[in-house]
Amino acid sequence: MPINYYILLSVALFSIGIVGVLTRRNAIIIFMCIEIMLNAVNLLLVAFSKMHHLRALVADRATTVGTDAQLFVFFIMVVAAAEVTVGLAIIVMLYRNIHSVDINFLNRLKH
Amino acid sequence: MSKFVFLIPLLPLIGFLINGLGRNLLSRTAVVAIGCGTLILSFILSAILFKEILSTGIATGVITYFDFINTAGLDIKFAFQVDQLSVLFLLIITGIGSLIHIYSAAYMHDETVPHYARYFAYLNLFVFSMLLLVLGANFVVMFIGWEGVGLCSYLLIGFWFKNADYNNAAKKAFVMNRIGDLGFLLAIFWMLSQFGTVAYLDLFPKVASAPAPVLTGITMLLFIGAMGKSAQIPLYTWLPDAMAGPTPVSALIHAATMVTAGIYMIARSNVLYSLAPISQNVVAIIGISTALLAATIALKQNDIKKILAYSTVSQLGLMFLALGVGAYGAGVFHVMTHAFFKALLFLGAGSVIHAMHHEQDITKMGGLKKLLPITHITFLIGCLAISGIPPFAGFFSKDEILIAALEKNPIYYMLGVLTSLMTAFYMFRLYFLTFAGEFRGTAKQRDHLHESPAAMTWPLRILALFSVVGGFVGIPAVLLKDSNWLATYLSPVIAAHENEHPFIHLSHGMELALMVILVVVIAGVIYAAMKRYAQATVVVESNDKGISKFLANKWYVDELYNSIIVKPINFTSSFLSRIVDNKIIDGLVNGIGRALQYSSRQLRLLQSGQVGSYVLIMVISIIIFFIFQLFWKF
Amino acid sequence: MSILEILFWFLTALALFGALMVVFSKNPVHSVLWLISVFFSISGHYILLNAQFLAIVNMIVYAGAIMVLFLFVIMLMNMNTESEPQKSKWLRIAASLSGGSLMLVLVAALKDTSGKVTGVFKVEGNIGLIKNLGQVLFTDYVLPFEISSVLFLSAMVGAVLLGKKETNSIIS
Repeated sequence: MPINYYILLSVALFSIGIVGVLTRRNAIIIFMCIEIMLNAVNLLLVAFSKMHHLRALVADRATTVGTDAQLFVFFIMVVAAAEVTVGLAIIVMLYRNIHSVDINFLNRLKH
Repeated sequence: MSKFVFLIPLLPLIGFLINGLGRNLLSRTAVVAIGCGTLILSFILSAILFKEILSTGIATGVITYFDFINTAGLDIKFAFQVDQLSVLFLLIITGIGSLIHIYSAAYMHDETVPHYARYFAYLNLFVFSMLLLVLGANFVVMFIGWEGVGLCSYLLIGFWFKNADYNNAAKKAFVMNRIGDLGFLLAIFWMLSQFGTVAYLDLFPKVASAPAPVLTGITMLLFIGAMGKSAQIPLYTWLPDAMAGPTPVSALIHAATMVTAGIYMIARSNVLYSLAPISQNVVAIIGISTALLAATIALKQNDIKKILAYSTVSQLGLMFLALGVGAYGAGVFHVMTHAFFKALLFLGAGSVIHAMHHEQDITKMGGLKKLLPITHITFLIGCLAISGIPPFAGFFSKDEILIAALEKNPIYYMLGVLTSLMTAFYMFRLYFLTFAGEFRGTAKQRDHLHESPAAMTWPLRILALFSVVGGFVGIPAVLLKDSNWLATYLSPVIAAHENEHPFIHLSHGMELALMVILVVVIAGVIYAAMKRYAQATVVVESNDKGISKFLANKWYVDELYNSIIVKPINFTSSFLSRIVDNKIIDGLVNGIGRALQYSSRQLRLLQSGQVGSYVLIMVISIIIFFIFQLFWKF
Repeated sequence: MSILEILFWFLTALALFGALMVVFSKNPVHSVLWLISVFFSISGHYILLNAQFLAIVNMIVYAGAIMVLFLFVIMLMNMNTESEPQKSKWLRIAASLSGGSLMLVLVAALKDTSGKVTGVFKVEGNIGLIKNLGQVLFTDYVLPFEISSVLFLSAMVGAVLLGKKETNSIIS
């Protein structure tokens, strides 16, 4: 299975995420779409990690090439978890104040 | 002694600071004590320095104090040059300055204390700047002093700043000086770029190898500076107007010291001028023309100070003639004697004005002989000195100049003689109208006539003494062999006047004969002046037609400058201000502002505050970037 | 077609369909459920790529913790209705177009990638095992690991601060 397939899958997932961010007005849905985009990137990282690992494996059976990418994915998950906590807290606060999660009400940047 | 040289300019500076800052606190006595005391101390120090040089015969040379400007390839030190020339000027400046300070203490007594202190502060600042000018060991330090004296001249001409005319006179003096200063400044830059140094001792050995056009250019620019400061054609018209200042100021700044700064500068850079014959000729021609022009104008003036002012311009012209024909020593000699007798004349005029309650028109004076005896005697000595009657000081210096001119070119000599005759005539016209005959003023003025206080008469007496004996330092060889002490004294600084190809080689006998003839003719002119003016009861000068009118109106030079320079500049300025500035530039600036405001108002609509639209724009931009990256390979 | 390839295509289809359903379902709760299915299929991909540890973490952290958090918030706000106001039609078309063209552009940009590496699917290598990852994590990456704990702490403090009642001064 060539790496191209994984690239295409990731690009497709990422673009779906973008379309979601652009079309929806519900802040929570937008947030979920961002998670999809993050996961698309994670998937691609893991696929590249595997690719490089297999290449190195030809020369050296005990190689650990590719570990770094998987750890990056791990750290991305860590950061994403923290991000979700804070993000959801913000959305909750928002809901408490304006009784809506519609981002069209959030045009205070204009002022 | 050389350790204390810095004190000579520093003391007046201290006096300036104390008087200037404490003008509301000090008492009148304290102001006088500080103002005069610092200067007299400076004079004593200068005298000691002079005595040292005289006894040892060698100059102290350059004393460096600190690095003034020190960058790559440019090293200008703040240094003083103590040699025969600068010490001679030190003596003149501090000596006459002290006398005039003492005189001023009485003359300015009517001023309130803060103004009185301000006056002395300015005067001290002037002396400081002037000392810096003559002491500086390079052209930059000289330029500092040069600007300083210009500033003080401005401040003192406009001392009575409530009078708009006086302020205009001050402005005129300042602007005209600035024109000259620009020339001086350019000369300094040129010297820096050509020789890499402006220190006299480093510079002068190098000039011999420089190309002639460069030297001509530099010396011409220096001369433009001298024109402004020393009131030569075409920048002389400020000096008569400068008489708006207090009379002692006219005596100190506009007769004895500042206006001779140009002479000093050229004498100091005589090495350059000797290598630039074109510039020398220009100096001589400008000098003699100025001398003649000013003398003709002085014939028809009625204001006592104006006459003296034109006489100063004329005498300065003679000094430049001396410099131009290469007789630098004679020029400096005349500076010295002129400082004595012109300061004397101005102070005498001040005494008269003081007695007449600020009346300056000589047609309203007359018969002051009996009422102002000391002023009368000293003024007479001054007139005799300036007219060149032996054995008064002016005779020797003027004679030296005329002989030098004759050896160069007889036309210079003829014009110089003509100037001298006119000088004698207008000075004695002034003398007779003022002191002889009957009093022509109002009765009220007559009742108040009085001799000036001792503080004013003693400086007059001392200056009169010097006007009598001052010439003996330069007795020409034709009268007494090897007696030209001044030329010997200055010889280390100024190369002896040698005319290798004299137009006429004068024998001693011819020289003596010319001298005697000249004195006799001058005496005749004085007699004619006496005939005409001594008994005048009512003076009616027919100044309304022909050449008299032309002269009385000062050759219409002020009007000429007004119409060819001032008015076009005013017109251009108002055009620039009304049309270019108001319409075009303001329109442009306001237009840019308005366009920006309008486009901003339109662009503001993009900022909806909706995060979604921002993201959309971001995505579209990313797409555009990718498309560029992919399909337009730059 | 090997069993691995069948699995790949099945998981791919599930991920893409799930993602589309996340975007287009009206009910936020449905969106969350579809998102869970996306995460599961991605975890499956991880297993196919020999990244067993990441597959488990993905499932626990994303599908377990984070999605529960999302559900919890949605339930809290009582948003299980389909009353969400829609964006204008043109805006949605523009957004879909730009998203689609971004995909096209990215594909165009990456289409020349060499397809020579075909062995991504070989079940070989053991770097994805927790033993190997743990070793690197606690040697080379121990500092970032520790710092991430600080990140969590600050995230926790932030969440608590934001969740407090007195927020009138921030948005009022």
